[in-house]
Amino acid sequence: MIMSWLRSVLFPLIAVIAAFVVGAIVVLLIGDDPIETYRLLIGSALSWPDGIGYTLFYATPLIFTGLAVAVAFRCGLLNIGAEGQLYVAAFATAWVGITFANLPQILLVPLACFAAVAAGAIWGGIPGVLKARFGAHEVINTIMLNFIAVALTSYFTQYYYKAEGDPIMQTRVIGQNAHIPRMGSFVPGLPWRIPLNVAFILAILACVLVYLFLWKTRWGYEIRATGANPAAAEYGGIRTGRQIVLAMAVSGGLAGMVAIGDVLGYRFRYYDGFSVGYGFTGIAVALLGRNHPAGVFLAALLFGALIRGGLFVDIFSDNVSKDLVLVLQAVVILFVAAEALFRGPFGRFGLLKRSKV
Amino acid sequence: MDKRIMLELRNVTKRFARVLANDAINITIAPGTIHAIVGENGAGKSTAMRIAYGFYTQDTGEVLVDGSPRSIRNPADAIALGIGMVHQHFMLVDTMTVSENIVLGAEPGSIMALDMASARERIRELSASFGLAIDPDARIEELSVGQQQRVELLKALYRKARLLILDEPTAVLTPQETEGLFAILRTMREQGKTVVIITHKLGEVLSISDEVTVMRDGRVIGTMETAKTSAAELARLMVGRDVLLSVDKTDAKAGAAVLAIRNLVVQRADGSHSVDGVNLEVRAGEIVGIAGVEGNGQTELMEALAGLTPASGAVTLNGQDIVSADARRRRELGIAHIPEDRHRRGLLLDFDLSENSILGVHHRKPAVGVGPFLDGKAIRKRARTIVADFDVRPDDVDLPARALSGGNQQKLVIGREFDLQPKLLLVAQPTRGVDIGAIEFIHRRLVSLRDSGCAILLVSSELEEVTALADRLVVIREGKIVGEADPRTASAAEIGLMMTGGQSAGASLSAAERSA
Repeated sequence: MIMSWLRSVLFPLIAVIAAFVVGAIVVLLIGDDPIETYRLLIGSALSWPDGIGYTLFYATPLIFTGLAVAVAFRCGLLNIGAEGQLYVAAFATAWVGITFANLPQILLVPLACFAAVAAGAIWGGIPGVLKARFGAHEVINTIMLNFIAVALTSYFTQYYYKAEGDPIMQTRVIGQNAHIPRMGSFVPGLPWRIPLNVAFILAILACVLVYLFLWKTRWGYEIRATGANPAAAEYGGIRTGRQIVLAMAVSGGLAGMVAIGDVLGYRFRYYDGFSVGYGFTGIAVALLGRNHPAGVFLAALLFGALIRGGLFVDIFSDNVSKDLVLVLQAVVILFVAAEALFRGPFGRFGLLKRSKV
Repeated sequence: MDKRIMLELRNVTKRFARVLANDAINITIAPGTIHAIVGENGAGKSTAMRIAYGFYTQDTGEVLVDGSPRSIRNPADAIALGIGMVHQHFMLVDTMTVSENIVLGAEPGSIMALDMASARERIRELSASFGLAIDPDARIEELSVGQQQRVELLKALYRKARLLILDEPTAVLTPQETEGLFAILRTMREQGKTVVIITHKLGEVLSISDEVTVMRDGRVIGTMETAKTSAAELARLMVGRDVLLSVDKTDAKAGAAVLAIRNLVVQRADGSHSVDGVNLEVRAGEIVGIAGVEGNGQTELMEALAGLTPASGAVTLNGQDIVSADARRRRELGIAHIPEDRHRRGLLLDFDLSENSILGVHHRKPAVGVGPFLDGKAIRKRARTIVADFDVRPDDVDLPARALSGGNQQKLVIGREFDLQPKLLLVAQPTRGVDIGAIEFIHRRLVSLRDSGCAILLVSSELEEVTALADRLVVIREGKIVGEADPRTASAAEIGLMMTGGQSAGASLSAAERSA
């Protein structure tokens, strides 16, 4: 019991601390003061209200994509396609917001949210079906579908949904009734100008629901059994093909929820290239969060804080740029991945060795 | 007996993490003898011999060869001292010839010119002098398992081994091949070699060894002359209590046919048949045993019956055609399945015991409560009942299945499947990798399930197990049922002949067809 707790909490923590140590060395080599740099990084990410507001704003899409990757992973699948799924979802959401702009808010917001989830689920479900029916590897297919998603949404934006004469690759704005409120409008002390919106609350809700789904329902059991040991799942009467499709659809739907925060709560339109790699960072978030909703939530907050703090480091330090954040992210991932070094037959630390005679 | 000592482990201790694998053990092996080391899984017998072969280094204690302390840090050191080891899993390159495999790592001649001719000559001589009958030019992939094992023996002899350690050498052999191996080992002893054989089969110990050392929980319980002991005594020493070696059961009171198989065919990927027209009937209240050399279609037959492999032909359960039903449907109709490989099929090793206890019934009550939600309370309660009823240790249902020993994992699988109250139980290798104490328990439960009216189809590669448990026994070879025997009267030799395709198989073929 204690060991499993150590594994799941202590190792990611060690990885993060180790990453900061390596980052400090990098800062030293560049010729800045690491303590000053980290004070800047952490201070700007955790100040109230701007630091925290923006940190949570940046974390929101990462919670969704981290959950997406985690759900697929629990079924033994690597969803590299969250990026494509969220692009398709964002375009679908904007399309609903533009096309049905005159619907009352009480109908339009749920409809647009549904479009986000459904579009993501379909785009995620496609590689699921290909895997279940034909054994085509989901890694290849999700990557390929990323390209298709980006190209398709660009095409429709450029030729059908751009405002006339607009030089920027973006659609027309969605109807007022499709907007979701900013947190600033009801959280005391949080100014309205900070774009943190109710999608963040939705993200927390998604964490809870994913937890319940995976660990407390028979569907989640079937998905996890398929991921843990497909042969045993089959033996237990589970149709593993169905679980693969279901897991990929749920994963895609979660990735699609990124659109709710961005389209309905921030830009109010589809903006081509709006995702700064949320789908890919989601893989890192899931890895650091050990594919558990609670871990994903914390890891997304860390990454959100790094993005926020990175901007300030970039501006206010002499030599260090915001690329430091990328270094930190990469080193965190390296250390998390390197946990294998502490385990298995080549484990160096006796206390972690699985006893085997 | 010779008073000199070939190999001695003196006060050897070896610890793996929290497990004390060898606890200050003392073993002495006299030259020119066959010495058996017996014990349950995890008793530390393999660890002790791996220390002697240099795979592991002891934490404390000494290893003495020919009476003087030696530091054996790796297998090369051991080989230089004349110690050879044949592992359970052979270490041979399939596509190379026997002689190429044997010289691998000890190539004769200079660096530039490999002198294969002289190597071949020596291999031929060795093979002849020990009665191994191996052609040095045969490819490994063309050889049977028994022959491959002899290549491993040759490999050790070629490296001038005086002491040969064999780790569970008979696990992969048919009864005939086992006899052949024992004849070879006796020849080796006559020629002055020393043999250490690690095993848990007591019959073999009594038939082959001069001395036997019993280990339990990492300690040496005792060493004795084989002639002065008995299977019952050895079993008691191994387990620490009296063990019932034979299965205690009454004659079956067979009822109506539960399972009827007509002309069942399972195709391999290449179109050939792994199960080739099997006809079989299993009645309520009887155990039908299938004997056969592994890889003759038993696995595929069981998987087809469980609904895990597509098959053609007719399969009826209590008269209902189930040949196209999937695994879940078959479970609902009352088929339980204890798979041959609990790690691959039977368990989710990273899931805890309570989650494992619902595999197969996770989609309905009592595992499912309201809507799609699992009823954690009911699941744990049922898991605790199974764990208590089947004596799974440790009895903590929150532990991952991985943390259990093989025997306890198997008891969990069996408990889960018994809990279905099946009409038909498919059970393959019920006691593979399970200790003697648990074997006794599992056998008893199988017989009591039979007595409660369940039809049981049993596959085991342990001939003794099939004959002890089965009320009727059929022999499978190359996917076909080639004979039927009465397990109470048939000898191992008779059944073995059918398994390998000897003459008596033809005679009993007609008997099998009559019964089918």
